[in-house]
Amino acid sequence: MASVSDAELKQMTQDERAKALGMTTEQLTGKSLYVEFDPEAEERFTYPWAPDVDFNKRTEIDTDDMSTTEVNSRIRELMAEGYGTIVLKNPRGKHSLGVGILSKLNLIIEGSTGYFGVGLIDGPNVRITGRVGWSCGENMMSGTILIEKNAGSTFGAAIRGGDLVCRGSVGSRTGIDQKGGTIIVGGDTGALSGFMMQRGRMVVCGNAGKNLGDSMYDGTIYVGGDIKSLGVDAVEAELTDLDKKWLTRKLTQYGLMPDKGVDHFSKVVAGKQLWNYDNLEPSEKKLIL
Amino acid sequence: MCGIAGLIHKGKSSSVGSEMTAMLQALKHRGPDSTGYAVYGEPTEGDYIMRLKVAEAEDMERGRGVHKVIEDRITEVETILAEHGAVIKSKDAPREYSLRYVITHPGDAGEMAAHIEETEGVEILSMGNGLELIKDLGDASVVAAAYGLNDFQGTHGIGHTRMATESDVDIKSAHPYWAFPYNDVSVVHNGQITNYWIMRREMERKGHRFMSNCDSELLAVYTAHNLANGISLEDSLRQSIGEIDGVFTYLVATKDQLGMAKDTMAAKPLVLYESDDLIAMASEEVAIRAILPEEIDTYDPYDEEVRVWQA
Repeated sequence: MASVSDAELKQMTQDERAKALGMTTEQLTGKSLYVEFDPEAEERFTYPWAPDVDFNKRTEIDTDDMSTTEVNSRIRELMAEGYGTIVLKNPRGKHSLGVGILSKLNLIIEGSTGYFGVGLIDGPNVRITGRVGWSCGENMMSGTILIEKNAGSTFGAAIRGGDLVCRGSVGSRTGIDQKGGTIIVGGDTGALSGFMMQRGRMVVCGNAGKNLGDSMYDGTIYVGGDIKSLGVDAVEAELTDLDKKWLTRKLTQYGLMPDKGVDHFSKVVAGKQLWNYDNLEPSEKKLIL
Repeated sequence: MCGIAGLIHKGKSSSVGSEMTAMLQALKHRGPDSTGYAVYGEPTEGDYIMRLKVAEAEDMERGRGVHKVIEDRITEVETILAEHGAVIKSKDAPREYSLRYVITHPGDAGEMAAHIEETEGVEILSMGNGLELIKDLGDASVVAAAYGLNDFQGTHGIGHTRMATESDVDIKSAHPYWAFPYNDVSVVHNGQITNYWIMRREMERKGHRFMSNCDSELLAVYTAHNLANGISLEDSLRQSIGEIDGVFTYLVATKDQLGMAKDTMAAKPLVLYESDDLIAMASEEVAIRAILPEEIDTYDPYDEEVRVWQA
């Protein structure tokens, strides 16, 4: 900036001046950051420090009289001893069970969990036979979480990878700030699902509440039932053969394939009319230009 | 953030007091400042149960003079009861500042209640034929022990664990709120009401009294106003979603009903369990599991959802 004199700036057009000052007024055209489905893509990796667990080595923890911290510490101790399949019994709605597991593990939770269940995970396969509370799987990086009953609100908030599957219905704001991975809901989802979604895919086999995909930047939402209303900048798009192939594969994998197939699914994507965050703010324009 | 809980047994009495204690104790982490119960026993036709406080818990630390003040206030309350023709059938004082009367009263109970509250420092916590409203500082185990709540038998109840945010840690700001002067109606709330002052002024213009600066009290007054104007509980709950701004989930109990309403954003949690003979609900599933440890099906109500159940 120092190399541009005031006199030179005066001779420039508005766009040239903005660029010379290190800024841009370019209107983004909506080029997607979205990575298309690749059946051959690698989906897993393991941390080098991950314990070498044996899936055939199985144990149980009765969590009834344990605190969440005690349960989560015990899981780590057992993994260090090589246990690859751990069953949690009597969780009774405890919060934050199974969070932060960063390596392969079969975790089976027999019952229901509270808030933030199995959040921040990277790798394990989790099966929960009951219901989960708010923010299940929040920020998960990879692995799978399969819930047999219903889930609370902010299901899969900000997930970046892996498959998060609920066979029942989920609350509101499902997949808020989703950054990757796949969220599958067998039943209905509430209001503002996919709010500020950035990447990844969400599948709702039932109905979706109001303001679906509000302010989404990117990513794709598939809905098998009715959509109460679309949110700001969410638009319907054509369901392609690739979409159908992917939906069929994923829903079959989790036993959620509808009898009538997937042709009836709606596809919702970002309209990208709100993509102006790289522009100068009006106050900045006044200041610099 | 506060925790709320409610349960209703259909067509039978149960240990509602101990059930509510278990649920509220499980929600202690959502609000450790105060705990409140509104539990409903078998209606006593003809008799009124009146719960009132004649001082705040913190007043008790202000020296020996407070005992004389409390004594004078109780005398004043009993004088007013006598003036209105009320007969005291029983009187208990679980705590020095907290009293429970069973009275018979032939006239306008609302007028008598308003007269009693003219006494400085006196607030009627509840009045009705079945409602017992208890609230005090501390967690559920402390309050239940002090007020003998674990032996209470009844059909339904609501409760609250409070984390004080917009108003003080005291009994007058604790939940539940009685829908003064409407018999047997109580409210608990989790959330924040953003048009509180506008609505409060509107209610005050219509002659309703507010005893605290807690936004949740508005829901009790609002409900009382609607019920007094012949609006059903379900319609009042539905109407509130359009008229009350903010984020809220609240429960209302009457002599024989329990209702819930959730705001348009569904921003505040509620988990519901329904069976043929019991409905239980709470901010978190862990509270429902405290009374139903077996595996059950629960779900989150959606935005703008309103439900009412009959005892």
